[in-house]
Amino acid sequence: MTAHRLNSGGRLIDRSKPVRFRFDGAELQGFAGDTLASALLANGKTLLGRSFKYHRPRGLVAAGVEEPNALMTVGEGPRATPNERATMVPLRDGLTAQSQNRWPSLEFDVGAINAAIASVAPVFPAGFYYKTFIFPRVAWKHLYEPVIRRAAGLGRAPEGPDPDAYEHSYAFADILVIGAGPAGLAAARAAAERGARVLLVEQAPAPGGRLLVEADVTVDGLPGAEWAAREAAALAAMANVTILTRTEGAGLYDHGYALLEERRDEAPVRRLWRVRAKRIVVATGAIERPLTFANNDLPGVMLAGAVRDYLALWGVAPGREVVVFTNNDDGYRTALAAHAAGLSVKAVVDPRAEAAGALPEAARAAGLRVMTGMVVAKASGGKALRSVLVARAFEGRLGAGREEIGCDLLAMSGGWSPAVHLFSHTGGKLRWDDDQAMFRPAPERAAPIGPDGEVNTFVAGTADGYLGTAEALADAVEDGARAAAGAGFDGPAPTAPAVEEAGSEPLKPLWFSPGPGKYAHGTKHFLDYQNDVTAADVELAAREGYESVEHAKRYTTLGMATDQGKLSNVNGLAVLAGTLGAQIPAVGTTTFRPPWTPLSFGAVVGLEAGERFKPVRRTPIQDWHEANHAEFEPVGDWRRPFCYRPGGEGREAAVKREVMAVRNGVGILDASTLGKILVKGPDAGRFLDMLYTNVMSSLKPGACRYGLMCNENGFLFDDGVVARLSEDEFLCHTTTGGADRVHGWMEEWLQTEWPELKVYVANLTEQFAQIAVAGPKAREVLAALTDMELSAEAFPFLRLKEGEMAGVPVRVFRISFSGELSYEIAAPAHRGRALWDALLKAGAAHGITPYGTEALHVLRAEKGYIMIGDETDGTVTPQDLGLSWAVSKKKADFIGKRAQERSFLTAPDRWRLVGLEVLDPSKRLPDGAYAAADGAAERPELIGRVTSSYMSPTLGRPIALGLVRHGPERMGEVIDFPVAKGEVMKARIVDPVFYDREGVRLNG
Amino acid sequence: MLLLTCPHCGVSGEETEFAPGGEAHITRFGPGSSDDEFTGYLFGRKNPKGVHFERWRHAYGCGKWFHAARSTVTLEVYGTYLATERPPQPILDRIAKRGAK
Amino acid sequence: MADAMTATPAARFAGGAATISDLGPVGMVTLRADLADPAVAEALSAQGFALPGLRRFAGAPGSGAGWFSPDELLLVTEYGRAPGLATALSEGLAGRHALAVNVSDARAMFRIEGRGARGLIAKGAPVDLSPAAFGPGDLRRTRLGQVACAFWMGEDEAFSLVCFRSLGAHVFAWLRAGAALPTPPGF
Repeated sequence: MTAHRLNSGGRLIDRSKPVRFRFDGAELQGFAGDTLASALLANGKTLLGRSFKYHRPRGLVAAGVEEPNALMTVGEGPRATPNERATMVPLRDGLTAQSQNRWPSLEFDVGAINAAIASVAPVFPAGFYYKTFIFPRVAWKHLYEPVIRRAAGLGRAPEGPDPDAYEHSYAFADILVIGAGPAGLAAARAAAERGARVLLVEQAPAPGGRLLVEADVTVDGLPGAEWAAREAAALAAMANVTILTRTEGAGLYDHGYALLEERRDEAPVRRLWRVRAKRIVVATGAIERPLTFANNDLPGVMLAGAVRDYLALWGVAPGREVVVFTNNDDGYRTALAAHAAGLSVKAVVDPRAEAAGALPEAARAAGLRVMTGMVVAKASGGKALRSVLVARAFEGRLGAGREEIGCDLLAMSGGWSPAVHLFSHTGGKLRWDDDQAMFRPAPERAAPIGPDGEVNTFVAGTADGYLGTAEALADAVEDGARAAAGAGFDGPAPTAPAVEEAGSEPLKPLWFSPGPGKYAHGTKHFLDYQNDVTAADVELAAREGYESVEHAKRYTTLGMATDQGKLSNVNGLAVLAGTLGAQIPAVGTTTFRPPWTPLSFGAVVGLEAGERFKPVRRTPIQDWHEANHAEFEPVGDWRRPFCYRPGGEGREAAVKREVMAVRNGVGILDASTLGKILVKGPDAGRFLDMLYTNVMSSLKPGACRYGLMCNENGFLFDDGVVARLSEDEFLCHTTTGGADRVHGWMEEWLQTEWPELKVYVANLTEQFAQIAVAGPKAREVLAALTDMELSAEAFPFLRLKEGEMAGVPVRVFRISFSGELSYEIAAPAHRGRALWDALLKAGAAHGITPYGTEALHVLRAEKGYIMIGDETDGTVTPQDLGLSWAVSKKKADFIGKRAQERSFLTAPDRWRLVGLEVLDPSKRLPDGAYAAADGAAERPELIGRVTSSYMSPTLGRPIALGLVRHGPERMGEVIDFPVAKGEVMKARIVDPVFYDREGVRLNG
Repeated sequence: MLLLTCPHCGVSGEETEFAPGGEAHITRFGPGSSDDEFTGYLFGRKNPKGVHFERWRHAYGCGKWFHAARSTVTLEVYGTYLATERPPQPILDRIAKRGAK
Repeated sequence: MADAMTATPAARFAGGAATISDLGPVGMVTLRADLADPAVAEALSAQGFALPGLRRFAGAPGSGAGWFSPDELLLVTEYGRAPGLATALSEGLAGRHALAVNVSDARAMFRIEGRGARGLIAKGAPVDLSPAAFGPGDLRRTRLGQVACAFWMGEDEAFSLVCFRSLGAHVFAWLRAGAALPTPPGF
């Protein structure tokens, strides 16, 4: 057996099951039931990390979630998880762990030079970063930050995708009980007995909390641990109870919403529970406070309760020669437990003048040396504790009776602070309890409420400030019953179990032990181990004016980051209050924020990683695009082919080939993503007249019209072709990205503003695959597949027809976004691919060419057609775009009409749409380039900007569209575009229609 | 995260099923309205600390718009009602009972 | 209509906590009308459908009516029957304000069965799916992860789940990934 593993004890370990693991490369052994922390301790590993700022050697302080120092990287390669608390990692075969924040090794750490320097001069006082690394600014980015990040900082993010699985799970409960210690078990039982659906969660691997550890507590006549096991078994047997272990309450949110993180050894390795409960009971216990004395961070200085945990739960002695330093009776339990385990208890140091409670008396009876009225002034040692200096303290100075006591373990207890974090997450307020020196919940000041306005969160047991087991259980059963009643489950008042426990005398607050020598030099009094914040830092912050607790926190980083004030909060507040000469309640406390401990990114992402991260919408023809060299671009949630590059063809060449195919032969485009919204009813025409700027009610059945939609601000936000299918049915096409928005827009107006209109809408976007066949040969391709009349006379521009094509029922629209003869064919989506294949086959003889969105853009720009999102940006009106012809002057009202009467929108100097022709055709205007009144001016007056710019394959030169002040009145003028330092491109203002101004090509 | 009850389909759903639509009971002003009226319609919003009547859509559910009376301070939901309704008396009574402003 | 193809043709995942299958093309019709109007129940009845109650699905998995909103139903039938059904309902409600339209191709539909079915959907839908809260004949429109969906439960406790067709591949991949993991406790 190892030096630190005791031959008996260890409630949680199974000595018949050895477990092998590696730490910093060394092969070690523990037992099933160990945590990584207990196994490391059992192997004599007391130096487990280097501190954040000073690289001081650090070991375990705690045994649970509050552990600030023993942060490890667990796992290797892509599975590596940094910053895991060793105390919360169950040991398993093959586990690997690495210490962090040390280089090149834990034993020899270069960064420790920081600590050496800090021992002779204050190197990193509070606000150090703010004061030192301000100038020059550029150095922050390139010098200070990278260096600091390497020297300080916690673990490193793993490289490569995480191969493990994660998931979420929604759960609903009448009562959620967080924490399955004595109070949680009792509250859950009280609620469950009334029939409420109860979810009980515990962050440790087993329920029981401190009952698993305390030897002097009996409940209902049973030893505490046996009672806890009996209650847990009884609850587990109830059909209305679910118990989750290794599941922490990470955050509480409004209206009874809770986030829980469950840790598992198998997939999913983390499960994020998203719970909605009618009532919540917070039974999260309390956290022991460290004591503040010189070098109180040496490995070997631990919380007294944690020492008992290691002895009782894992049979591990964190040291052999023990000094206990406590300002309360509970610390004596550690002295007694250590003594019973066969360790040498050298002294119990107690600042109280007298200690006459049952536990101190028991310690004396066991022959232990109790030193009242004394403090530990300083700890000494290198990488491990060697001795402590004990002395009398008097008004902040050390008094007589100094004695150096050799020891390798100091167990300290500064009293207990209720874990009020979760209660505070949703706005629960606290009050200061002077007798117990703690902040405790004050629901009478503020407590979280549900949507019904009733209090929905109760704090039970130790977390509520009841430190004795009897009073904690009494409080818990009452809270369990209240929670059940609030959730609608009434019943007789439950009785609390009978408890026998050693009584406790009051503690004496001790916020600071004076040290020998010059204060703050050579030694440090740590308040926050994880963030390396000392008492001197807090005092400095107060002196420099950071007197508000929230300011002092941010200036010093006290209680920030993952610690969230677990160990540091009250001690830090007390030091701040002492410096300010104020009382602790007057200083107040900082706000606890979720999560309780850090959530893993994997748990937050859940199932939605990799291919599932972003839901991508696929058209019925997507498979074909993927198999045929499409290069995709995101359009809304879709991925549309930008162009097709067979044989690795260059992008520009591909776009040019696709454009020329449409101009000279025939092209085919997957237009399925266009929005298609059916609007039906006797008032459909009237309704569309309000939504579109132009008149739709006058459209004849079978005819199509291009329409514009504005918002109430008068700005254009969507466009598309409206087809009248019958007297009371219209099909509105929208942009790809606008389909859902326009559908929602229609529903909103119908439901909220004009409920009297008899109109129903249905979003048919996905019902139809839509295929555009465009180019002079388009008619011939279609003719091979249908007997529909396709001649220009029988099927003129802006008409629609229904029929069959390649055996598929279709609706064909003669509309064009390229200026060429063009048909858009809508077919049931499930048959869209079959139609696409048939069209490709029929078009093969004509060289039919699939084209993508870039060719589509070029083709429309050559024709001067606007594109929502290019020519518009939410501040552009139809009038700005020369589309006044599509804005009705006759209609009394339409959405946006009133806004367009505003002086700003009718001003003559608005930027309006023009074509732009560069004087030097070897270069196209950059997208978004601004026009300047005088391109040579140092601070030019801006008079316009480029909205679209392409190399036109049809014209063999660059073309651009832009918005220019007085643009349409300045045809033929040349304006400046300063595009780079000293470079001004010149372009002539021209008509925005670059190609086929007469529109003769529309009919093929 | 809020819980809201849709008065159309009866679902008591979490906030992520709903889409907010800002202040309720805004009167639309169109052509012929004064600049002040139109400005108030487009931009004038109360943003109170306390009782707020607001629009929501059950976007992931039945798709219907409705109104909610809610405290922006305590987040109590005094009630939900149809988008075509004025605040019903029982909701106003409940607000009064709470002494809420 | 041999050439009709769903978003995830013949997709199936078995052997996990639940079995997920794409059932091939399914006929679906959206009916929008005042459901309180007795004429609607009559028109439905003439086509062999019963009017479902609030958030209920009335009928069998392959043929029935789901309550989508106070003025919207989703009718489920054979793929080939949907266009005719839409026409027949329009004719049956002639003279009244109503909209009946074939949406068979606009959606993907999956069947999710097995003991883990409830727990699987609960991985992404903020809905209480415990047997006490959700049983056969119940229907819910909500979201699954990031996407909108609707599902209802048959007498055999299998779920039918519909989403937009374009997201069918995403939803199947999501369901498959979830079903490959064990069912969370409590379900």
